[in-house]
Amino acid sequence: MKKSAPKADKAKHHGPPKKNSAAVATYGDHEVIQPENKLRKVVSVKPLPPGEDPVARAEKALADLSTEFSSWMDSECERLDHARRSIAAGGFTAASKDALFHAAHDIKGEAATFGFPLVALAADSLCRLIEHTPDVTRIPVKLVDQHVDAVRAIHREYSRSDAKELAATLTKRLRAVTDEFLMHENRGRPDVLAQIKGPSIVPE
Amino acid sequence: MVRIEFNRLRFLVIDDNAHMRRMLRTLLHGFGAREVHEAEDGAAGLEAFTHHTPDIVITDWAMPIFDGLELTQMIRQPGANSNPYVAIIMLTGHSEKKRVVSARDAGVTEFLAKPISAKGLYQRIVNVVANPRPFIKTKTYFGPDRRRNVNPNYVGTERRKGGKADIIKQAPLFEKVRSQG
Repeated sequence: MKKSAPKADKAKHHGPPKKNSAAVATYGDHEVIQPENKLRKVVSVKPLPPGEDPVARAEKALADLSTEFSSWMDSECERLDHARRSIAAGGFTAASKDALFHAAHDIKGEAATFGFPLVALAADSLCRLIEHTPDVTRIPVKLVDQHVDAVRAIHREYSRSDAKELAATLTKRLRAVTDEFLMHENRGRPDVLAQIKGPSIVPE
Repeated sequence: MVRIEFNRLRFLVIDDNAHMRRMLRTLLHGFGAREVHEAEDGAAGLEAFTHHTPDIVITDWAMPIFDGLELTQMIRQPGANSNPYVAIIMLTGHSEKKRVVSARDAGVTEFLAKPISAKGLYQRIVNVVANPRPFIKTKTYFGPDRRRNVNPNYVGTERRKGGKADIIKQAPLFEKVRSQG
């Protein structure tokens, strides 16, 4: 009995890509598409002119902008404080939860670039608290307050010689209390618990 | 050394945080880009994508109206817009495994975790421009090939059906650029 050829051999190649088109090869349960590479024209292997370094140029441009970072950090902290006060006044709602999370999340992402990397850890702990609590109305307002106060205190006292130790102590304690709360709130949810404990896999 | 003519690329930056947009614009201009468009949420981003037809989209994840993941899913709709193959760089503070996998499965081309750096952003841009991956279309996925390399230690059944298609060889970056002249 003659065996049928593997499906791959029957792959239908639709010819070379036309303008604004893609070359498509069809296989058993999927298609492999090679889109027309419109960006090819901007790539070359010509050496950069001496002294030309786009990364260094961008770093310098960012350094020039850094005079504004301190005031930007102030406004991000104020935004976080405003979100906290909204929750204290009216409790957790979908809108107030989103506002608090976004404010903390932005600080977590920006603090290091703004020159305040120690602030990011406390903001990260607040993000985890909000993100991994199934019912946010169960989050003690006091715990939110402690996080926001920690973010503001670390930022305010950043020039102190012991700022690093202060930030480490505050963040470690916040993280421990938050983890304990999250473990309790997510008991019986092993997938969430694994996610809470799991390390980041993002490459540097 | 691969050289990119940034002044010939069109960027779209989508982020609800004005500070982050300003930093990204500064970095892109520093690389040599001239055309950088901005949008402050997913809906405005989709509109700007249709209007400006960017070469590269840099989007935040957490945004109002619809987020960066939903935006990616809307762009990765074959036939629904002018360029479903556009390079999408997801810029985010979310770095948990589940999040990264979700972004990959939505069709994100590259992932860049905050805090951002000039070097990190530059590398992602060079990668999407000089080393584009083929697209894979299945019943449940449309986006860049999620297999970046062959894992010799992989144990298990082959999930793609079709022999030769199981491994999609890609030329090393340098050779690829040279062969393109």
